[in-house]
Amino acid sequence: MSARGGRARLVPYLVGLPGGLWLVLFFVVPLLVMFSLSLQSGNAEEGFRFTWAWSNYTDAWDFYSTQFIRSIVYALIVTGLCLVLAYPTAYWIAFYGGARKTTYLFLILLPFFVSFVIRTASWKFILNDEGFLLGPLKDAGLLPQDFHLLATTTAVLGGLTYNYLPFMVLPLYVALERIDPSLVEAAHDLYAGRASAFRRVVLPLSLPGVFAGVLITFVPVASDFVNSGILGGTQTTMIGNVIQTVYLRNNDYPLASAMSFLLMAALLVGIFTYARALGTEQVMEVSQR
Amino acid sequence: MTVATREAPPEVAPAPAVPGGRRRWTRLILPTYTWLMILYFSLPILVMIVFGFNDTKGRLNLRWQGFTLHWYTDLFSIPALTTALRNSLIIAVISTVISTVIGTMIGLALGRYRFRGKGAYDLMIFSAISAPELVLGASLLSLFVTTQFVRGFVTIVIAHVAFSVSFVAVTVRARVLGLDPSLEEAAQDLGADPWTTFRKITLPLLAPGIVAGALLAFALSIDDYVVTSFVNGQVETFPIWVYGATRIGVPPQVNVMGTLIFLGGAAIAVGNALLARRQRA
Amino acid sequence: MTTKRPIDPALLRGLTMPRFSRRDALRGAGLLGASAFLAACGVEGSSGGDKPQESGFWAGKTKAGVLNFANWPLYMDTAKSGGKTVYPSLQAFTKETGIKINYKEVINENDAFLGKINPSLKAGQDPGWDLIVITNGGPIEKLIRQGFLVELDQSKLPNFQKYAAAAAKNPGYDPGNKYTLAWQSGLVGLAYNPKLTKKEITSLKDLYDPAFKGKITMFGDSTDFPTLVMIGLGIDPATSKEEDWKRTATEMKKLRPQLRGFVDNAGMAEALSSGNAWISQAYSGDIYQLNISGSPDIKFVIPKEGATYWTDNMAIPKGAKHPVDAITYMDYVYRPDVAATLAEAIDYITPVPSAKEQLQAKAAKASAKERQAIEDLIASPLIFPTEADLANTKRYRSLTVEEEQVWNRIFEPIVQS
Repeated sequence: MSARGGRARLVPYLVGLPGGLWLVLFFVVPLLVMFSLSLQSGNAEEGFRFTWAWSNYTDAWDFYSTQFIRSIVYALIVTGLCLVLAYPTAYWIAFYGGARKTTYLFLILLPFFVSFVIRTASWKFILNDEGFLLGPLKDAGLLPQDFHLLATTTAVLGGLTYNYLPFMVLPLYVALERIDPSLVEAAHDLYAGRASAFRRVVLPLSLPGVFAGVLITFVPVASDFVNSGILGGTQTTMIGNVIQTVYLRNNDYPLASAMSFLLMAALLVGIFTYARALGTEQVMEVSQR
Repeated sequence: MTVATREAPPEVAPAPAVPGGRRRWTRLILPTYTWLMILYFSLPILVMIVFGFNDTKGRLNLRWQGFTLHWYTDLFSIPALTTALRNSLIIAVISTVISTVIGTMIGLALGRYRFRGKGAYDLMIFSAISAPELVLGASLLSLFVTTQFVRGFVTIVIAHVAFSVSFVAVTVRARVLGLDPSLEEAAQDLGADPWTTFRKITLPLLAPGIVAGALLAFALSIDDYVVTSFVNGQVETFPIWVYGATRIGVPPQVNVMGTLIFLGGAAIAVGNALLARRQRA
Repeated sequence: MTTKRPIDPALLRGLTMPRFSRRDALRGAGLLGASAFLAACGVEGSSGGDKPQESGFWAGKTKAGVLNFANWPLYMDTAKSGGKTVYPSLQAFTKETGIKINYKEVINENDAFLGKINPSLKAGQDPGWDLIVITNGGPIEKLIRQGFLVELDQSKLPNFQKYAAAAAKNPGYDPGNKYTLAWQSGLVGLAYNPKLTKKEITSLKDLYDPAFKGKITMFGDSTDFPTLVMIGLGIDPATSKEEDWKRTATEMKKLRPQLRGFVDNAGMAEALSSGNAWISQAYSGDIYQLNISGSPDIKFVIPKEGATYWTDNMAIPKGAKHPVDAITYMDYVYRPDVAATLAEAIDYITPVPSAKEQLQAKAAKASAKERQAIEDLIASPLIFPTEADLANTKRYRSLTVEEEQVWNRIFEPIVQS
């Protein structure tokens, strides 16, 4: 046994090596490269050189602060909406779903087997100015002729809420399902009404799920640009759209990298505060579902 | 998204009795709400399926013009779309294979062993999962631009593996943590060396977790738009083509393809669940 | 009176323990080293343009029988055959020369398309296209400047030498037609649906009409919208300076709430034909094809303040696999009968004046209705403009690399919002 001991100690390193290497090469290093790019200056034709160009960060904020703030605001609104909309459903399935819990959950998540882009394109179709929803309403005179939902903030927020609701439903469900119903019974035995029992027993116990849901909803929503690209117009551009354009069309790599880092910094602060406070278990668990 | 079913939880105690019969209608609020939710979620899917049967005359697939099945037979009549779908499938298969192998190894390493740097390793996995796709895509683009690596098929596969690997790892790790060590100990007591034990005992026990991870990786890859849009160069994948098409009008073939992929995915998930239930019985 | 409690030795140890261990120092040094290494990397510039093309470039090359042709939408004659779209003039070319054309309408915006092929061009690799069509006023000059285009073998261009208009020969942005041949020219103006706008649009001032709020689309590249607003302010874009750009930016912000969104070429077609937009910035010839493919109500107008005149150019990118096939096609479209077919189908300003005679001959033999249509075409200032017609047109601002960065940083945030 001990003759193999020396080699056995290497096993975890060898097993973890390919994955570690891949992630270091294609996750960690790119981040460092992007950081380095964000401090360079120049242009696509003459090349970029490292010049400690912190001005890229100030420029990024000067030019696009509107879009940054808009993305954060949208993310807050959407996360709040998702929380309010998802909670009752998760609650009902967890507490009253009975043997068919997983079936209900499955029914809720089933639509999300369809590609994200197709789902959003379907919404563009549904909300079309003269489509099958708005068209008849306009023909009947119930809506003014120039009414449109597409290319408005409402459409983008609607799309974002729709697409990210499952990110909120799952952690809420997981947390609520864990709550021992006998605790609620005990509260009732102590003369608490339904609302009171909910407020003082269920809600606090579900908070870890709420935090997890908020975290894994807020981050992607803030950096989303597909919804605003398909459903939005002017005045709805999010920072994700800008970053993509500045990278791929303007080839202004330093500016785009600076913007990515600003966004990431804002989000990372939230993530790590969360991780420190509540540990990474909730998020890891949910991502298996 | 796949739904991994767990052990069926013990039967929930019946809902606490509500005082007063006239309050019974309030009991219907939550279930009605939930069914409305299910309907709301399904609306775009229903629209997608239904308008795959729309007999459109012109270029615009906007209003219902009649029922037809011919889009199902004419499915591959847009060459660029067919190429995009083929690209997506090839990339998904390749990246699933790679990320499943690598991710399983990570899952094993994290779930089973203690080693120096495990904390940092764990943190890296966690960051990879919670990092926004936008940042993943942008940073990979920065890497490729700096190293002058022309973007195309290879870069897409690299990117897809990069973001799938941590999801597979976490899935497998959960399975590893749940393994009963006595089974492997028994094998070793019977004289099996570590490699045989691994091959004949551990791997089969881990299989459901590995399969779940692979399915997850496949789904993530075939659906990805954000990361791919940064590193694809001129290679079009299915989501990229559809996104481009939304500006000019999505052809019914896309609806049909979406319907087929949806039914396929749903069938796999249902099959998976039924299998798991049968295994437990 | 409180007695001072002796300090717990464990606590003392914890408080005074060195926080910064040797391992931390090594880690820090490693990270610093990595950053320094990365700082040393930069990104290579793409202007390898000082390298002249080898004189023997065309010597060994022969026809391959295949041509990968990237173009804009609505820029080729089309017909429906068995539910599929086909291009008759391309089929005719294949019949005559045996060269099969892989024709894709993938260019919707100059910069977006160039963004896709630049990495290959920079790396000296095949960008996937043998023939591309790029606009002047910035994009084509960039390609020439960076040395990304193949120098044309003038001996392979007899039709061009014989039939090209004087304006197409030796343009300012490509002296001697070293790299490019004009494909078509056109104007950027406004297109609108009078059934929806309920009035005729004649001026850029109409865009500010509150009745049209949320029903206007503009091109989303960083050039066309600023140029349009500049023209509206009475500034000549070709000679504009940074102060003019800043003034324009302010005006753009005022106009922006009127807009529904920014579109590219294909998006404009969709917005107008679906009715989502009532007015849009548009290219002069696109409307003709929109009219015949299901949207007969859309009209094009040159606003009285002026319109931008541009020329789209055929070019062969460096690294293209089939340059001989490309140059064969480039010369083919300068044959008057081919030019006439194209002029009739796509309704842009042709670089071949003899196309007019071809069309007149065709009109003479045609039925009454067809003759009227062809004569309208010949008389149209959008296809055969006179000097007077072109008097009120403006040119794009041609930017140097440094100016381009300033321009983008002023205008992109507004277009991006």
